Amino acid sequence: MNEPTLALVNPEYHGLSRIADRAAWALIISGMGIVLIYWLGNYQTYSVLTFLLSMVLITTGALWLYLLRYRRIPAGIQNNGIWHDGFTSRGIAGWILSLVLTGFYIILYWFPHVIGYGENGNSGLVKLFDPLSYFLKGSRASQWFVYGVLYTWTILLMGVRFIIKYRHVKYQQWRTLSVIFFQVIFAFLLPEELTSLNLPFNDFKNIWPLNYYFFFSWHIDEMILHGTFGYFVLFWGIICVVVLTPVLTYFFGKRWYCSWVCGCGGLAETAGDPFRHLSSSTLRSWKVERWLIHFILIWVVLMTVMVLFTGWTGRAEFLFLNSYKLSQWYGFLIGSAFSGVIGVGFYPLMGSRVWCRFGCPMAAILGVWQRKASRFRITSNGGQCISCGNCSTYCEMGIDVKSYAQKGQDIVRASCVGCGICSAVCPRGVLRLENASVDIHQRGEIIRHNKI
Amino acid sequence: MSVVIIGNGIAGSTAARSIRRHSNAEIIMISEETEYPFSRTALMYIFMGHMKWDHTLLFEKSFWKKNKIQLIHAKVNRIDTSTSCITLSGGENLSYDQLIIATGSNPVIPEQHWIALRGVQCLYHRADLIQLEARAQCGIRHAVIAGGGLIGIELAEMLHSRGIPTTFLVRENSYWGNVLPEEESFMISRHIRSMGIDLKTEEEIDRVEGLTDVQAVITKKGEKINCDFVGITMGVHPQKKLAVEAGIECNIGILVDEYLRTSDEKIFAIGDCAELRRPAQGRRAVEAVWFCGRTMGTIAAANICGQRKQYKQGIWFNAAKFFNIEYHVYGYVPVRDDTTESLFWMDDAGIRSIRLVYDKQSCKILGFNLMGIRYRHELCEFWIENQTNLREVVTHLPLANFDPEFSDSFEIEILQKYNQQFNDQAFLLADRRLDDVAKYIRQKQMQ
Ligand SMILES: Cc1cc2nc3c(=O)[nH]c(=O)nc-3n(C[C@H](O)[C@H](O)[C@H](O)COP(=O)(O)OP(=O)(O)OC[C@H]3O[C@@H](n4cnc5c(N)ncnc54)[C@H](O)[C@@H]3O)c2cc1C
Ligand code: SF4
Repeated sequence: MNEPTLALVNPEYHGLSRIADRAAWALIISGMGIVLIYWLGNYQTYSVLTFLLSMVLITTGALWLYLLRYRRIPAGIQNNGIWHDGFTSRGIAGWILSLVLTGFYIILYWFPHVIGYGENGNSGLVKLFDPLSYFLKGSRASQWFVYGVLYTWTILLMGVRFIIKYRHVKYQQWRTLSVIFFQVIFAFLLPEELTSLNLPFNDFKNIWPLNYYFFFSWHIDEMILHGTFGYFVLFWGIICVVVLTPVLTYFFGKRWYCSWVCGCGGLAETAGDPFRHLSSSTLRSWKVERWLIHFILIWVVLMTVMVLFTGWTGRAEFLFLNSYKLSQWYGFLIGSAFSGVIGVGFYPLMGSRVWCRFGCPMAAILGVWQRKASRFRITSNGGQCISCGNCSTYCEMGIDVKSYAQKGQDIVRASCVGCGICSAVCPRGVLRLENASVDIHQRGEIIRHNKI
Repeated sequence: MSVVIIGNGIAGSTAARSIRRHSNAEIIMISEETEYPFSRTALMYIFMGHMKWDHTLLFEKSFWKKNKIQLIHAKVNRIDTSTSCITLSGGENLSYDQLIIATGSNPVIPEQHWIALRGVQCLYHRADLIQLEARAQCGIRHAVIAGGGLIGIELAEMLHSRGIPTTFLVRENSYWGNVLPEEESFMISRHIRSMGIDLKTEEEIDRVEGLTDVQAVITKKGEKINCDFVGITMGVHPQKKLAVEAGIECNIGILVDEYLRTSDEKIFAIGDCAELRRPAQGRRAVEAVWFCGRTMGTIAAANICGQRKQYKQGIWFNAAKFFNIEYHVYGYVPVRDDTTESLFWMDDAGIRSIRLVYDKQSCKILGFNLMGIRYRHELCEFWIENQTNLREVVTHLPLANFDPEFSDSFEIEILQKYNQQFNDQAFLLADRRLDDVAKYIRQKQMQ
């Protein structure tokens, strides 16, 4: 009588699951341990077994962990404790992770020998990936191959996590399957396959100006050298810019690219998901965002024009501009430092879309289309909003969704990538992503007309 | 002109904002709770770690300064209607040309001495959340929630998020059985239990035991439940103390006319604390919900700015979330009413349902009750307002769906129910597109 039905209470707090959790973690950690030992031990021969073992351990560990964690919790929004956990709320763990990621990118871009990439032969971490590289394209791994594998693998693993986490929202599942598909096939397997066929490396979904070197003369020359295939790449690249981008954005908004196809978006949506709420949604950050992203857009356009100009005329200088300097600095500052080091390294500090929001020139162009010529909008459901703020908090682009929703307005913002999480986390079912040609004012007119 | 607003909840804040839109009057908004207006409905999410305090602010802090709305963090002790003056807790006096009372509610506490015990509390104000957090930090081994309304279930979810074993006492024979139709009420009861909450129905708190800290709850049926936390969530009542003392006419709440004016013509009352002298038929005089406070805020503002606008209760709607099940309601959805009938569908898992309530005689649609499915406000309201025939609604139901893209659709199931019930062969005539919704409404108006 004294302890009422305690047996029933809180079924998810099972000691057993804790043990299983630990076992899953043990798998992940031992897999990482193997990688580390191999890396630091600096073995000179590659080992298929070591590679497979570490990958399998980490993958099974991670999948098992998600399954355990989410099998215990019924389908629904899983944001409990996000702001209590230092890892996801800029605590010490978050800072450490940020340091590690940033460090990894710095090594990758500028000191690849640290992870074992050598001119005459690999060692360490890069060597670990040699077996896969030989298997896929018949040559040894480079630091970029290692990066590609890790990137794809992360999207895959964290993508599965995301799909399980949002198993009650089909939009989220399809979207995640799509980014996984485009990453695995278009960004990873296909380009590697091309190289093994002695064709130039190409990612068909990497569109100018995200792919800022598309119009560089070395790139154009290389393509032309490869005849039909090269011409196709150039043709496709231009079609993407002038036809695909505006048309698809008109019908679906920029989400067709940013949260369904793009690789940067893919990583942000999957690996970045635990940090999405760290994007600032203040008016000030919106201001900074608009300045910065349009500045970079102008830079990339100028640079491209200059590079083409140099290609035609042979002259590098025009007025005060120098095409080599422009592109060199762009490559260093934006292409590497911003999109990589800060873009991913700062996930645990500034949210998952730092690059997409403040830096990506492709997002800027898509944004212009989205705001000026698109059917895409997020609609608010009448008067149901209770101003709770979940939507703004979990917007990875730092859009203050609530400020629109509480006034019952449509949300048409250049930066919205259409991830749909605001709609998922809203406890009152207020938000819906829609493709439509009538905005709230027109709908308001229609209803007001009725009342007269 | 100087407008003083007492209370910075959704009602007060909306009024301040709307007055600023129409006029450049001096606006002063006073609250004893916080300096900056925040969303009371978000309190639970702070506790559960979904959000930080700053996320729940209604507007960025700079908003108020930019709009020249002065915020004062103080308690109002007295309203003097003869001199048009209020007294703040610091002793300062402020005079007003127009006064808006938006003091919200207070939680109902059957016995004041209960909350003198440590570990017994309500959940309404920010201070309550701070108190709860402190208690939870010390560790709660077993919690009891007394009273099964919307705040009760939110408190249950909060405690559950920290893994605190919880007993939930509700008076009806199922959760919210006095508001929800039986099927929905049982559905939510099952859902609460599936979360591991010990839901006890037809059970009420009789008294609490303990010396300094609470030790047990004794229920009306005589059961003793050992616990170190008790949440009292037995409803709210209007916070009318200031008005009563100032001699303003009050009943349950502060009485207001269609223009939201109190018995003193310089004073308006809005939000939870206001009671309508003449409520619409079938509606309550005090409706303590978010959207009513917001609507009243805009109406009072319009009246203060010289437009004459009446507050109309309109077509009822609301939403809530019971753990993972979202709830939408539009129009009239009775627990029991012999003049109405309903089409009801529930999925196999028992976590989603649709109910269309219609008039038995005329077959006109009266209301929508949805669990785990979102419906479009504008269309539901349009249908109800225009007394649309059930057949018309059922055949165009996809237009009303507001679930995210790719979601499962259940319109066909409802249609089949309809065909069975009415021996009809109706089929679906619409899709889920927003463009079609606009087109549909326009077409209907042409007719
Ligand atoms: C936990 C919780 C969840 C809720 N969830 C929902 C929901 O999901 N949907 C919904 O529709 N409704 C919900 N409600 C109800 C909703 O919050 C209220 O209807 C709404 O907040 C009322 O707004 P208001 O502006 O009238 O009053 P309040 O928000 O209560 O604001 C009144 C303010 O006035 C201040 N005040 C009072 N007296 C004085 C004085 N003498 N001097 C100075 N200041 C004073 C108070 O401190 C308070 O800050 C919820 C309520 C709670 C407590
Ligand atoms: S999450 Fe929903 S209810 Fe909360 S502020 Fe956003 S739109 Fe409004």
